[in-house]
Amino acid sequence: MPAEAALKILSESSGRRGDLIPLLQRVQEIDGYISPETIRTISKRLRISENEVYGVATFYAQFRFRPPGEHSIQVCMGTACHVRGGEQLSAFIQHRLGIGPGQTTPDNKFDLELVACLGCCALSPVVKIDDKIYSQMSVLKLRDVLDEYENAG
Amino acid sequence: MDVRLEAEQTLRDLGVDAEIVEVGCIGPCYLEPLLDIKLPGKPRVSYSNQDPRRTRFLLEKVFQGGEWPERDLVGHFGEEGAMNGMPRFHDHPMLKPQVRLVLRNCGVIDPTDLDHYLARDGYRALERALAGKPEDVLETVKASGLRGRGGAGFPTWMKWNFCRQAGDGQKYMICNADEGDPGAFMNRSLIEGDPHAVLEGLVLAAYTIGASQAYIYIRAEYPLAIQRLEEAIGQMREIGVLGENILGSGFSLDITIKEGAGAFVCGEETALIASIEGKRGMPSSRPPFPAQSGLHGRPTIINNVETLGTLPNIIRNGAEWYTRYGVDTSRGTKTFALAGKVRRTGLIEVPLGTKLRTIIEEIGGGTQKPFKAVQTGGPSGGCLSAEFLDTPITYENLAQAGSIMGSGGLIVLDEDTCVVDLAKYFLRFTQSESCGKCVPCRVGTRHLYNILDRITCGEGEPDDIRKLETLGEVIRGASLCGLGQTAPNPVLSTLKYFRNEYLAHVQEKRCPAAVCRDLVIYRVIPGKCTGCQSCVRVCPTGAITGPRSEPHNIDEEKCIKCRACYEICRFDAIAGDAIVITS
Repeated sequence: MPAEAALKILSESSGRRGDLIPLLQRVQEIDGYISPETIRTISKRLRISENEVYGVATFYAQFRFRPPGEHSIQVCMGTACHVRGGEQLSAFIQHRLGIGPGQTTPDNKFDLELVACLGCCALSPVVKIDDKIYSQMSVLKLRDVLDEYENAG
Repeated sequence: MDVRLEAEQTLRDLGVDAEIVEVGCIGPCYLEPLLDIKLPGKPRVSYSNQDPRRTRFLLEKVFQGGEWPERDLVGHFGEEGAMNGMPRFHDHPMLKPQVRLVLRNCGVIDPTDLDHYLARDGYRALERALAGKPEDVLETVKASGLRGRGGAGFPTWMKWNFCRQAGDGQKYMICNADEGDPGAFMNRSLIEGDPHAVLEGLVLAAYTIGASQAYIYIRAEYPLAIQRLEEAIGQMREIGVLGENILGSGFSLDITIKEGAGAFVCGEETALIASIEGKRGMPSSRPPFPAQSGLHGRPTIINNVETLGTLPNIIRNGAEWYTRYGVDTSRGTKTFALAGKVRRTGLIEVPLGTKLRTIIEEIGGGTQKPFKAVQTGGPSGGCLSAEFLDTPITYENLAQAGSIMGSGGLIVLDEDTCVVDLAKYFLRFTQSESCGKCVPCRVGTRHLYNILDRITCGEGEPDDIRKLETLGEVIRGASLCGLGQTAPNPVLSTLKYFRNEYLAHVQEKRCPAAVCRDLVIYRVIPGKCTGCQSCVRVCPTGAITGPRSEPHNIDEEKCIKCRACYEICRFDAIAGDAIVITS
């Protein structure tokens, strides 16, 4: 169920079509994902069909439709990261967490996303965990960072 | 952030009363984090590679001992009170060949402090423009030769003029800050380091075309840039350079920030407009061009961040001043994001007409392993081989070589990079970012990707290279928008300059750079392995075994080729070998 805060944002919107994407963004900020209830509420509020709301939401990479894990990991797949070993980081992290891109670990601890470019190309390769950017990563450094998150309980 | 906290704590411990100012990116990212110290009557002095321990040491030396340690010292700014023997910051080899016009304030001023911008002649250009007529701005921009910095290089004044000729009534001005190009971060750095320059340019452009509403379409992935813009817009309203009746001129403008939601195709003008209107970001066929019928069917101009950031300079200093930089039809300067296998990475700005060699060897400090190619223009661009190093960078020269200027990502590749793998990388990107509206792009890029994927797995067929070329030409000619029209560029340009690498993959089933994962094997070199067990400990799959003090062994079946062993081995005893699939 969407949080009350999210419902409040929806009820305060002007009801214009152009508000659709900003609304989805605000709700995701609060709930962490776009739930079926959110789609239904927005559909009513903006008088656009649920199919269309879903169609717009799925078009953009930013929106997710499953609850996120406790920590969100983004592995940058930008060009600079790619030529400096981003693929290996991605292979390692998928093996270590046992999940693929777009999935959350069974214990809900981590979710994993491969992203197009975080815009930190000069410090490549980079991995972002929650709001923190880890730059010039290697498989070894990444292992240590993940250990820290896991040991932190 | 750790360095900042440590600096605050150290200064408190030392009882020093100092102001700590956060500035934007000054360019040499590879030296980060940087910490500058400015004492009264002394020049600003810059130190690189800070960590909390080094910062404490440095501040204690400066404030307690009155010494300026040489370790990590980059140099001092300007001439004021120059200190004996200390190098100038801008004489650093990475900075010396640069000409910083649009980046002139980045890393120099506090981007959150409007007074800093005003002290650097901020909003003078707007004052000047508002004192005259919109036509005057148009004429100046025309004389300056400014071309769009988003990639295609269309003359800025001409686009504006189409919009002006589209009659009176509601018009829109949009700043495209979507920057979805992997490998590019110029726009982010400019907004974070000098938001007012971009905003002043946006107001100037809106004034010229007669728009009363402006939008900034910016990626949600850039939260700091969004925050800086929001702060700056608030400051603009306070001093009356935004809102009703700007500076008493009768001209009014409002700016709204729209966050993009992660779709590369939204960098395309018609797709961006669809996205602002709350729809899927799908391009539509042109004409009509947005300059005639854009947002909500009204005349709309979309300019890139860098184009707008350049405008205040041109209006303030005049067109003649601007044309002194650059060559022929490519006037002025261009920012580039220099990354990849080059020693010094970062954000740079050089006059157009500068040679690639100057950028890669002088500014970038060259590559560690032999240089192979430079990729310009992101997924829409191409790979240029060493024979182009002495080509001056202009819109025309790059296009002729089969690449594009693009927004300015420069990824340097060395011999450890496989160009077939890189082409596949770009195709995977364009294939997944294709909006799906037109068949040549939706289906064509998928086929291109599939062929490349087979080739890099050692399953290439003799006819594949011809297929890639034919298909590439079709997609290029038949796609609806720029994404599809340029998507084959990475393949076609690498086929042109690195055909042998394709042949090695297709005919010999071999990856000469030992990158393609199916064509590489990791093995232990017995003579070098000391049996130290480091690799055994790091291997995530338990593929490496062996008793202590004896050469280890890698189990091919278990190895996921993550290179962790290769990275940790201190004895160079792990080799990544190109293999030939014989079966």
